[in-house]
Amino acid sequence: MHVHRQERIWMTFGIAMLVIFLAVITTAAVVDGFVPPSHVQSIDPTKVSQTPPFDHPGLRKVADGAYEAYYVARIFSFAPASIEVPVGSRVTFYVTSADVEHGFSIPATGVNTMVTPGWVSQVSHTFKDRGTFLLVCNEYCGAAHHMMAAKVEVK
Amino acid sequence: MATPIAQPRTGTDPVLELSRASGDLLVLAHVYTATLVLGIGALFGMLQGFSRANFITMPPWLDYYRMLTAHGVLMALVFTTFFITGLFTYSTYHTIPRDRSVVLGWIGYCVMLVGTVMAAVAILDGSASVLYTFYAPLKASPLFYFGATFLVLGTWAVAADIFLNVAWYKSANPGKRVPLPAFIAACTMTMWIIATLGVVAEMGLLIPWSLGWTSGIDVGLTRMFFWYFGHPLVYFWIMAAYAIWYTVVPATFRGTIFSDGLTRLAFIMLLLLSTPVGLHHQYLDPGVSAGWKWMHAVTTYGVVVPSFMTAFAIFATFELGARKAGVRGFRNIVRWLPWKNPVFAGPALGMILFIFGGFGGIVNNSYSMDVLVHNTMWIVGHFHITVGGPAALTFIGATYGLIPALTGRALFAPKLALVQVYTWFGGMVIMSTAMHWAGLLGSPRRTADVSYFGAQGAATWHAHMVWAAIGGTIIALSVVMFIVVATGTWLADRRAAERPVFEFASADDDALETPPAFDRLGRWGAIALGLAVLAYAGPVFAQIQAHAYLAPGMRTW
Repeated sequence: MHVHRQERIWMTFGIAMLVIFLAVITTAAVVDGFVPPSHVQSIDPTKVSQTPPFDHPGLRKVADGAYEAYYVARIFSFAPASIEVPVGSRVTFYVTSADVEHGFSIPATGVNTMVTPGWVSQVSHTFKDRGTFLLVCNEYCGAAHHMMAAKVEVK
Repeated sequence: MATPIAQPRTGTDPVLELSRASGDLLVLAHVYTATLVLGIGALFGMLQGFSRANFITMPPWLDYYRMLTAHGVLMALVFTTFFITGLFTYSTYHTIPRDRSVVLGWIGYCVMLVGTVMAAVAILDGSASVLYTFYAPLKASPLFYFGATFLVLGTWAVAADIFLNVAWYKSANPGKRVPLPAFIAACTMTMWIIATLGVVAEMGLLIPWSLGWTSGIDVGLTRMFFWYFGHPLVYFWIMAAYAIWYTVVPATFRGTIFSDGLTRLAFIMLLLLSTPVGLHHQYLDPGVSAGWKWMHAVTTYGVVVPSFMTAFAIFATFELGARKAGVRGFRNIVRWLPWKNPVFAGPALGMILFIFGGFGGIVNNSYSMDVLVHNTMWIVGHFHITVGGPAALTFIGATYGLIPALTGRALFAPKLALVQVYTWFGGMVIMSTAMHWAGLLGSPRRTADVSYFGAQGAATWHAHMVWAAIGGTIIALSVVMFIVVATGTWLADRRAAERPVFEFASADDDALETPPAFDRLGRWGAIALGLAVLAYAGPVFAQIQAHAYLAPGMRTW
């Protein structure tokens, strides 16, 4: 089976691109810790409201400029519906679902994760700009899915 | 020496005539079913666009999510599957002439049709508004899951029919290579069987649960099974489009296939690389560790190799065909190509869209970068210039060749057919650009209304939704033209002066130079299955081991 010289050059180019892409995402993952949210922690989805800390969803201050926010996603709202943090804060969100699959996304930030019943999702973000951020459910969850939103106030 | 894959169409071969007469109606049934489904699906798509742009409010008996489920299921699962199984039945029957029974093929078609009707009834009566991904614990009526299962089982019968024909050819022609179009059909259906094992496994969990026999469902596991199937589903579309690009498109300008062996190699690589990649749809899932996701990112990029091979082969085919006709120079070659023949123009416009679709896919697979686009309108824009572009336009173009060839009738309003493919292309460029843009601004997908009570962050999205609706309207008009041409060809019943053909080009090189090992599809299938098991054994085991909790089913619509 004959392979043309031009095709060999083209394929070398293609495979080199492949190697470069892989090197970039791997370096970013290993060196800078840029990995997608992949928290592995299970929870009984039928007992979310009795399971700490999700029995009292809300914001906890861990240190100056560091917060943990515990969210429960339930059709068709998030608890808490609103949080307020000072500008420059690093917030780690922990989210779980009390019913079906939801999404947890703050557009224009890197906060975006699936929320799967039976699991706790975790994602962190440093809010460097002031403003009111919209937090939306970005996975279809039922008839009023488009109403499912909350807000994050950065003062 | 050319390979003997382009069969003479003179009607002098009694065996060939018989094979055509018996199989043509079956292929025609597939093609017209796909056409009808595309029409219904496009109507729902257009209404969705209007609804999202706030032009209209849907009535409760046809709410946005019911429509979205219908659109997704009809377009992604039904239209594509009917067309592709029909196409591969055609390419097998027409390159392996023999006195054959088409009973198995018809059984497959009927089971697929029954499954489709069951699922459609469940969706339209509102008991299955679970979208085409049917993520548990959203619980649809059992009718929906049974329907989807029958659709898949029907395709297995079609696949078995194709395999049996290829096996017959091999035993009747020892030492010869399987005709390339039949090889591609069997290779793609092998991939499809491996892929659909995932959805059948998922149905094994969903059906007893929807019937009330089990009380809870392992959501993580069903997601993993779904995406084990969900990505190869995409390659199923692409491989069928490639089949036409490699073997049919060159025939539209009397060109030849660039290389028999490299074509087979590309399809074998697609067979191997289709399945061990599905976790890239679950990058943002909790409960799946980052290491498994990274591994699937690596295997996903592997598809660069057969994609680059295909790009090279297609352009080489254009150039070689042009040179043979005495045309040289880039611009002259581009001008020389048969842009006024919809059988060429459809696939060729699809190729242009696929350049952008492919780049978008590289972004989506970029592990951490996916965070920015996951579940946003970007993804919707992406799959509309992949399945909605390269795949759909190629299938539509091929339909313009297939219907006249199968019926002996002249294509009705051929100019309208030509306008149709260009209109689709233009509409798709407008719609998908708007969708990509809205996605970059964070607009979520699968959401009936993105105004969020006038929230600040949502204000920038609306204008793009209007453009998407405009593009969608153009595409819907294009679909109307397609239906007119397809049904008009049948109803007008105008005999063509010369029997129209839908033929396969022959290869530029000698197929006998192709290594015989390439034709051992059973072995390649076993390797592909092995790779899928390797890629999934770890994550599935981790899911099963970690799962302590089942979720009860819910109907939240």
